[in-house]
Amino acid sequence: MDNNFFDKPSSNQPSDGSRRSFMKQAGGIVGLAMAPPFVAQAERLTAFSKTVAGVSPMQLKVNGTVRTIQAEPRVTLLDALREHLHLTGTKKGCDHGQCGACTVHVNGRRIVSCLTLAIMNQGKEITTIEGLARGSELHPLQEAFIKHDAFQCGYCTSGQIMSGVACVQEGHATTDNQCREWMSGNICRCGAYPNILAAVREVAGQQAKG
Amino acid sequence: MTDFSAFEPSKGGVVGQPVNRVDGHAKVTGQAQYAAEYALPNLTYAALKTSSIAKGRIKSIDPAAALREPGVLAVFTHENLPKMAQTPNTLAGKYAIYGMHMAFMPLTGNEIFYSAQPVAVVVADTFERATQAAALVQVTYEQARPVASYQSANAEVFDPNGQGYVFDLKKVVRGNPQASLAASAVQVKATYVHPINHHNPMEPGATIAHWEAPDRVTVYDSTQAVAMSQSSLATILGLPQEQVRVVTKFIGGGFGCKFNLWPHTVLATLAAKAVGRPVKLVLTRQQMFTSLGHREDQEQTITLGATKEGKLTTLIHEKTSTTSPWDIFAEPNGAILNWLYACPNYQSSHRVARANVMTSTYMRAPGESPGSVAIECGLDELAAKLNLDPLEIRLRNYANLDPGTGQPWSSKGLKECYARGAELFGWGKRNLQPGVTRDGRLLVGWGMATASYPVRPAQGRARVRLYADGHALVQTSATDLGTGTYTVITQVAADALGLPMANVRFELGDSTLPTAPASGSSVAAATVSSSVYLAIQDVWQRLTALAVRDSQSPLFKALPADVVREQDQLVLRTNPSKREKFSALLQRQGLADIEGVGNSKSGEGYEADQIAFDNKPGTKQTKRSMYSFGVHFCEVKVDPDLGTVHVTRWVSVMDGGRILNTKTARSQIIGGSIMGIGAALMEGTNRDEQYARYTNADLAGYHVPINADIPDMQVEFIDGHDPYVNAMGVKGIGEVAMVGTVAAVANAVYHATGKRVRSFPIVPSKVLGSDAV
Repeated sequence: MDNNFFDKPSSNQPSDGSRRSFMKQAGGIVGLAMAPPFVAQAERLTAFSKTVAGVSPMQLKVNGTVRTIQAEPRVTLLDALREHLHLTGTKKGCDHGQCGACTVHVNGRRIVSCLTLAIMNQGKEITTIEGLARGSELHPLQEAFIKHDAFQCGYCTSGQIMSGVACVQEGHATTDNQCREWMSGNICRCGAYPNILAAVREVAGQQAKG
Repeated sequence: MTDFSAFEPSKGGVVGQPVNRVDGHAKVTGQAQYAAEYALPNLTYAALKTSSIAKGRIKSIDPAAALREPGVLAVFTHENLPKMAQTPNTLAGKYAIYGMHMAFMPLTGNEIFYSAQPVAVVVADTFERATQAAALVQVTYEQARPVASYQSANAEVFDPNGQGYVFDLKKVVRGNPQASLAASAVQVKATYVHPINHHNPMEPGATIAHWEAPDRVTVYDSTQAVAMSQSSLATILGLPQEQVRVVTKFIGGGFGCKFNLWPHTVLATLAAKAVGRPVKLVLTRQQMFTSLGHREDQEQTITLGATKEGKLTTLIHEKTSTTSPWDIFAEPNGAILNWLYACPNYQSSHRVARANVMTSTYMRAPGESPGSVAIECGLDELAAKLNLDPLEIRLRNYANLDPGTGQPWSSKGLKECYARGAELFGWGKRNLQPGVTRDGRLLVGWGMATASYPVRPAQGRARVRLYADGHALVQTSATDLGTGTYTVITQVAADALGLPMANVRFELGDSTLPTAPASGSSVAAATVSSSVYLAIQDVWQRLTALAVRDSQSPLFKALPADVVREQDQLVLRTNPSKREKFSALLQRQGLADIEGVGNSKSGEGYEADQIAFDNKPGTKQTKRSMYSFGVHFCEVKVDPDLGTVHVTRWVSVMDGGRILNTKTARSQIIGGSIMGIGAALMEGTNRDEQYARYTNADLAGYHVPINADIPDMQVEFIDGHDPYVNAMGVKGIGEVAMVGTVAAVANAVYHATGKRVRSFPIVPSKVLGSDAV
């Protein structure tokens, strides 16, 4: 992988019609559109890694443990978790931020891990489904999912639970309809929605009571 | 031990109870391992390059640029793909590889038949490198004008005349439909149009192929059918079946698209052999639209003839749909019309047109689901014409015998379903007049529809090992798509062994285990539970044989026929004080464990087996028609200005025979109903007419229901079991869950608005538009 992803906007034009040239150009366009956050991002990155070209070491703090992987800068956080750290609880359903199966927490906020690069998440607190339980004690929402049968095949479940935990914390699970809306970034093709709602609302109720 | 015939629930037993899923903990902690999640050493990654045209020929294909990329191990095209012992491209090959649905294997030639057809497989050391290199494979094409669908101007629609694959698509005629229609007092004719639907399970198709020796391979695959995949792969690879192992411990949904073996699994397996390392191939969501089939685009015309009282005299069904260049496949929509209502005259026929599309396949209740739209919306239209209540017209046409065969039903609790559903929903308060009920400015509509699905014949085997320490291992090659197989089978085994569920481990999803049928057509719970039950009866028979020969046993010299089981003990029926725990017997015998096997039949064939087994003189088999039944009630609210439709209430009451677990069963009914709400209101894959290429092939463009679309849903089951279907009395519920759901929504929209939208999905533009009547 070339290192043009973080280049300043340039007038590079594709010369040979190859995918690589397109990526260079796209990198330029993205750079233009998102210049301020990307510059800030790049500055943060340099604190951990002097170079972002080719296979590089990067450190990810996942579920409280810092782990080093060797990966290209284009590796998404999702693929870093699944393919490099073998934390396969986080699922890939679409790779385009359309389904929510890959939802994790980064610094306490829910994000879709397919739409962020691993290298951009160095120095952040990443929590995955594997880090939600305290030892053998399940998180209340994990318990509630089992109790309410809030899944069938289980493939969207990790994302639903990570979203649900955040949804409660955000205060977006105070009514049924509000909770439905704020849980709608996570698709469940088996159709466990009423049960997911019941589980999230139950935990929201418990936490409201303290 | 007395002869067994059928399962009897035990006092305090767990069968039928709403127990939590035994695999729940694994699923909520991320520990459940799906096909792509085996971390094998030296794992490599494959990516597909797919065609940018729908019809034509590859003029040139150049892997050079891809091969120059770092980490790339190989690029396979039709010019260098390792040879297969058999392909489905010929008729003989297709029948030899019976588990492969599509009679075409990509990369076997330079011809392009459909858009996004695989043309190259790239293998690299990382996912990113494989993906990028696939984009660098240079392909030039000679393009021809494709056919997009049966609706296209250049499509040739024809009568398959019984030549259909899987479903023969023969014209079926009962009675004299033309004459009875002409003589009928009332007639309704309506055409319903359906777009392509895609299953879109959350887990994409995924394969890891690992050659453990040059002639032995393990394939971790996301499949509903490990045994069928195994035999099909063995034929393709030219290997003995036992040298191909297929493993699917968890599967992230299927809904029919993972029933068969599809080309990507074969390509990954061939690539792995060639590169000498394990290969992982996970389809992208976009590729999911062109890799595992779909529900075909179709239109169906129903003609109903009836008396003034609303008694059906005639049902005529005609379907036209799109099929692929090689296969003649269509869901048999007309079948359900033959048994659902008492009607003396019936006709069903199919027409198809070949287009440049892959072969369509089974999607939840194939045939019955869209077919129920024709009959259930058609009957609703008839009821409206006669000013009759939709439930009343169904009761007037209630079939006490199977109208298609004249046979009695094995069981039919549909009347009870109607009554209970109507009560739960408050159906009696429905205003007969459409388009007048309001909640504020929103229009309110109530619709309902009947559900039914056959108990398909199937058989399977199971093995049960009972250990002297009071634990048991239960094994079959079944899969659990999320339907609850892990859980319900553990419940059955626990009750039949007299052990707590925690002492029973149920292992599935591995072709080395006793062969179970594919999870599909609602046969899994019925067949697997019955085979496990019978395997456990075999265990008790063997224990009895040990006990009556053991001079130390209280049952020594007892007649085996006098020995019965109570919980985990063998008991002498004539003197119940004589009893022994199996663990004591095994320990005294010096046996660590004892094994039983069971082979179960479900559906047609079960009763014949039972009679042969009972061997009672004069017993004659009565042929019975075996179906699950149910009813769905739906309330919608429609915004008259925006045309948006929101489902606001839902009630389903089902008769699925014995329900093994009311909690997981309820989830299945909810899930099928939600898939129906999707098909009714939002789902459809669109194709560009000129290029025959999908224009919305992802989850942003193909809308499936989300949480905000779904109201609270009420589900109940008619309590019962069916003694004629299998040893457990289970009829199955996974497929019937979806039947009727699309119609229930469409009928509710009509009741809300007074407009019939006959083209699915019912999107706002159609609700507001003038094409509805």
